[in-house]
Amino acid sequence: MRKGYLTAPVLGAIWLVVIATTVAITMSFSTGAAFRPQVLLCLIWGAVAGLVYVRFPAQHAPARLGISAFLGLSGLTGFGPVLIGSDTSLQAVVVTVVAMAVVMHLSLAAILKETPFGELTRHEYEEAVIRFFTGFGYIFFTAIVVIPFYVMVMTSLKSQQALLQNPLDFSVDLSQGTDLFRSYTELFRDFNFGTYLWTSLYVSVLTVFITLLFSVPGAYAVARFRFQGQKAFSRSILLIYMVPMIVLALPIYIAFSLTGLRNSILGIVMIYPVTTIPVALYMLQGYFRGLPTEVEEAGLMDGLSRLAVIWKITLPLSLPALASVSLYVFMIAWNEFLLAFMLLDDPSKFTLTRGVTMLNSSEIPRQHLMAGAVIATVPIMALFLGLERFMTKGLTAGSVKG
Amino acid sequence: MSSATPPTGTGALAKREARLAWALLAPTVISVSLVVILPLLAIIWISFKPFTLSDLRPPAPVVRESLRGSGDDLRIEYRLRNSSQEIAVEGVTLSDVLPDGVAVGEIVEPCVLEGRDLFCDFGTLDGGQRERIRIPVTVDGDLLAFEDLVEESEPRLTGSGPNVLTNLEFSLENFARVFDGSEFWGVLWVTLFYTVFGTIGALVMGLFAALLLNKSFRGQGFIRGLYLFPYVAPVIAVAFTWVTLFDPFSGSANALLVQMGLSSEPINFFGERPLALIMVTVFEIWRYFPLSFLFILARMQSIDSSMYEAADMDGASPFQKFWLLSIPQLLGILSVLFLLRFIWTFNKFDDIFLLTGGNAGTRTLTVNVYEQAFAISNIGAGAAVAVVILVCLIAFSFVFFRFISREEGL
Repeated sequence: MRKGYLTAPVLGAIWLVVIATTVAITMSFSTGAAFRPQVLLCLIWGAVAGLVYVRFPAQHAPARLGISAFLGLSGLTGFGPVLIGSDTSLQAVVVTVVAMAVVMHLSLAAILKETPFGELTRHEYEEAVIRFFTGFGYIFFTAIVVIPFYVMVMTSLKSQQALLQNPLDFSVDLSQGTDLFRSYTELFRDFNFGTYLWTSLYVSVLTVFITLLFSVPGAYAVARFRFQGQKAFSRSILLIYMVPMIVLALPIYIAFSLTGLRNSILGIVMIYPVTTIPVALYMLQGYFRGLPTEVEEAGLMDGLSRLAVIWKITLPLSLPALASVSLYVFMIAWNEFLLAFMLLDDPSKFTLTRGVTMLNSSEIPRQHLMAGAVIATVPIMALFLGLERFMTKGLTAGSVKG
Repeated sequence: MSSATPPTGTGALAKREARLAWALLAPTVISVSLVVILPLLAIIWISFKPFTLSDLRPPAPVVRESLRGSGDDLRIEYRLRNSSQEIAVEGVTLSDVLPDGVAVGEIVEPCVLEGRDLFCDFGTLDGGQRERIRIPVTVDGDLLAFEDLVEESEPRLTGSGPNVLTNLEFSLENFARVFDGSEFWGVLWVTLFYTVFGTIGALVMGLFAALLLNKSFRGQGFIRGLYLFPYVAPVIAVAFTWVTLFDPFSGSANALLVQMGLSSEPINFFGERPLALIMVTVFEIWRYFPLSFLFILARMQSIDSSMYEAADMDGASPFQKFWLLSIPQLLGILSVLFLLRFIWTFNKFDDIFLLTGGNAGTRTLTVNVYEQAFAISNIGAGAAVAVVILVCLIAFSFVFFRFISREEGL
């Protein structure tokens, strides 16, 4: 197997299947026309291309350019790697042909970089394979992450009939102007989504504040003080972390029904922080442990009380950690679905996630549901992208909770 | 001659510190035990009781008061009934104050009138039993105003049925129902499949993604952020997107499969056995690989690079470096992640509930709690399933703590 003239055709053949599928799916999703990768032809074309690329090592050897161009152009005949439907627009055909040729040339040249024609050393062979898998990995992960979100946004802009007619056609008709966003205007006008957005926002912010209020002193105590039961306490935090929400939701539902707290924002604000306090406490105590005790001791020597030390020294030092924890807690509260679903029935008191659940009915068109999903996703995504550094840190700090 | 000995026992300072520690912890301890420990005890209690959704409103007497008839045949009527069809209500009494300016006719059993105060004692009201009390009255003056007056004054009722929640009768009926038949083993099998494959899949995918990003290049931060999207987005949004994407009629995935010739007709991804179970597992992998990816990447970046340099000097190939250096270094975080993710996948409810509602062979234990308690309205049976989950979790956490104290020194 470790021969250049064997490795290259095999990698080339599989790679062309990957590329052809990617181009076909991308073109289908953006134009709605018919594109189909032809696996058998891909394998043959790819093997030939791999052989050519490994035989002519120069970066832009004419033979390399030739086979790639040939391979792209073959798409016009019906014997290419990608079969293009007959009613496809000219631009789409041109884009497909050019994309196939250019992508194939660049990627194959990268994969078979410094791969000789004859005997391969172990390094040369493994590196070629690794480059192949790296390329595949980027395409694969990007596709699986991007496609659902792309479909979510695009579906929210389409009409029900257009969707049923051709579910693949996500092309957006820009000529309709603001009419494009009618699902969104309808959600805000007829379905109270403005209120839900506001409810979700203040419930989440309140949850963050209450969580911090409870967990900062607790985390400090666990991190700094020696007392009996400290170890048991740390462990029980982790244990509580593991109790499934649905098990708690049942008795909470009963208790709230009996006390009349069901269907009230107060009940939600009471219950959300408790689900996040253990997480926050666990994350914060890890951070507090890492802070140097000397600074705090200096404060104590200067006559500050413990609480003053926490307030004036520890908290300012741990602002980054507080930001991470706040973001993480905000995310949990914003995305929370189960409790809101079970405890809220009154449409005037819904949170955003509860409001979106309401849209999941056969009487309400799909684009409304997707528009609701976009409304729920955009704020948290904006926050996440803006503060990605904190968020990543927060996620790794103490949370494997999902 | 006395020798100086260090003090033994807890000194005043240590005591003060411990007191402060508990004072700082108190709010957390109290709130968490109110919302976690208490409900857990409650659910164990309920699991031994025949408690249904309708028992949330215990049986009670209900009354309607109205003015009937006209002219000489005018009467105030109280219609009393038991809100429950089956269960008797005991100690039912009714008391009301009749309005002024009314002449009352004959009062019949079981009522007595003292001045303006009417009092009726019904004793026990059987399930579904109805009673009607007629009090003949004569009124001078405005009849309409009087009617308003009668209907405004609310009669007071006493009487209550047995409360299933607080009595001391227990039964194993719920557990018998839960373990009965092949259904339970089906649910357990689905849970295990979902948990094991969901966990392993997310770990493997996370490892692959981490390997991709374990080098610095421009845009690395952006791609890392992008790959975290599935985890950060609200579950409700992504779950409904998947349902839309794989819809048999208007779903793009099906259209794509048909167009590419992989399938001759649309597939009902979330509605067929065993495809639905595979799909929810794939969703779980998709949604949680970012988390494993993040942790594995963090661990990878903290591996000492000099080890790899030494391996390079010895001529190790990339695969050898991966298997012989990276994997052993990552084994710790991989096993901790596996245990944690295993437990949380086992606990997962939202995802399956939103994707299939537990239909088409995707009912896991957690979904079963909801199904029993709300779809079949048998809260007791739901609680029994919850207790089964708790028992499993206690077993898991034993393994977890034995292991994690070795790995993490917790």
